[in-house]
Amino acid sequence: MKPASFDHLLPTSLHEALEMLNTHAPDARPLAGGQSLVPMMNFRLARPTVLVDLNRISDLAYISDAGDHLAIGAMTRERTIENSGLVRTATPLLYDATLHIGHLPIRSRGTIGGSLSNADPAAEYPATVLALDATLVAQSVRGERTISAAEFFDGVMTTTLEPDEILTEIRMPKAPPGSGSALVEISRRHGDFALAGVAAQITLDGNSVTDIRLAACGVGPGPIRLAESEMILRERGLSDDALAAAGGAAAAATDPDGDVHATAAYRRKLAGVMTKRAVGKAAARARQSA
Amino acid sequence: MTAKRSITVIVNGECLTGEAEPRMLLADFLRDELRRTGTHVGCEHGVCGACTIIIDGDAVRSCLMFAVQADGAEISTIEGLATNGEMHPLQKLFSEHHALQCGFCTPGMLMTAIDLVHNSNDHSPGAIRIGMSAALCRCTGYVGIIDAVMEYARQVHGDAAVTGDETGGGRNDG
Ligand SMILES: Cc1cc2nc3c(=O)[nH]c(=O)nc-3n(C[C@H](O)[C@H](O)[C@H](O)COP(=O)(O)OP(=O)(O)OC[C@H]3O[C@@H](n4cnc5c(N)ncnc54)[C@H](O)[C@@H]3O)c2cc1C
Ligand code: FES
Ligand code: FES
Repeated sequence: MKPASFDHLLPTSLHEALEMLNTHAPDARPLAGGQSLVPMMNFRLARPTVLVDLNRISDLAYISDAGDHLAIGAMTRERTIENSGLVRTATPLLYDATLHIGHLPIRSRGTIGGSLSNADPAAEYPATVLALDATLVAQSVRGERTISAAEFFDGVMTTTLEPDEILTEIRMPKAPPGSGSALVEISRRHGDFALAGVAAQITLDGNSVTDIRLAACGVGPGPIRLAESEMILRERGLSDDALAAAGGAAAAATDPDGDVHATAAYRRKLAGVMTKRAVGKAAARARQSA
Repeated sequence: MTAKRSITVIVNGECLTGEAEPRMLLADFLRDELRRTGTHVGCEHGVCGACTIIIDGDAVRSCLMFAVQADGAEISTIEGLATNGEMHPLQKLFSEHHALQCGFCTPGMLMTAIDLVHNSNDHSPGAIRIGMSAALCRCTGYVGIIDAVMEYARQVHGDAAVTGDETGGGRNDG
């Protein structure tokens, strides 16, 4: 239960970090909050020979208002996001998602960039950025590129980041006025990874749905956008029938694995139930704020 | 093996220096190098909370940080809670409420509770229960622990603050 040997590099600027990664890739890994990487190193499931520690790069940690979106630095801690009034008003789905991540001492260290780069299929942030169509910014010595959330995730714990790239910023579209959102999940104990969860962002006009975005976690190799369920609710509104159909479509869209925590069939069923609950909760919040 | 480096940390107000290879966990550095064995090590993957300490104001898992990352940091551990041989109010409450049996989880429970009570805005019983779910206890069944932490929150913030939501609100949708 002790990590294998590695060299620890401590850059103080992004430029320096990118040079270090470029020199040592592919054996080097960025170290963010360490809340996923260090357990994997303790178990020796990961044995990087060089860690490029991003924790002393102060200009990678920020939350700023950029007009139609919030720009969030990759090294922003989950705890900082939880306590940000700006996040709570501009992107309430991100706030909701954060409350489901582990426990306070985990959120003290864990970062949004680390959670997205780690791409755990059960994690809340990947489903959140997918539901909101967020844009991710990556940098390397070769330059900067933007990646849509839909193109970022690439299977179980895999992203389309290159080994020499650092995720630097997440651009979260602001929730439209009068909309509502919710992330609802079931886990074995509070703070555990979700067996199944659904993130929902919804805009209503009376009983009809003018905009809806849904994404699930815990029920496939990565986060899953529930496009079919979105279409059903956009066309048919929030009647019990439509909700049942949307839940059915969500279950059909998932591709869960069974493990010691839950069977595949149970997770698939939960995807439907969580869809209905998330939509119901988001719609109630939309009505409250309208 | 990668060469050892000299690491200086302030532990409970005392400036201490030791040596650590990059791969040495902060928990092991505190215990084996600085001989501050109050911080316990259980699971070594962030789940049990026994190793929880406070760094620069926030509770963190010391099994998920490397000692080299803490160079220059201010650390509070269980050893710093009592002053002049007098137990910290939270320690007294743990004793009064039978919030420990074997004591293995207690250092992490106390450091978790101190961050939770002093630094969060929500002191409802539900929020305290959810907050304390960050640490595992194999002995007590938690009732005494929760009672002690709620009583501590009342002492710090007043009776009126520790009311309302019993279940943790929207955090457990289950
Ligand atoms: C007990 C426990 C419970 C948890 N529960 C949950 C939960 O319920 N939900 C949840 O979502 N998460 C949970 N987590 C994980 C937590 O959210 C992690 O913080 C997160 O997944 C990883 O973020 P990190 O900053 O710690 O990244 P690290 O662990 O430092 O890094 C993770 C991976 O991403 C890479 N990486 C990190 N930052 C960057 C970057 N900027 N650019 C490129 N690559 C990068 C690293 O090289 C590594 O491969 C839990 C963790 C623990 C220990
Ligand atoms: S030993 Fe650190 S959380 Fe269990
Ligand atoms: S008192 Fe024994 S583990 Fe908590």
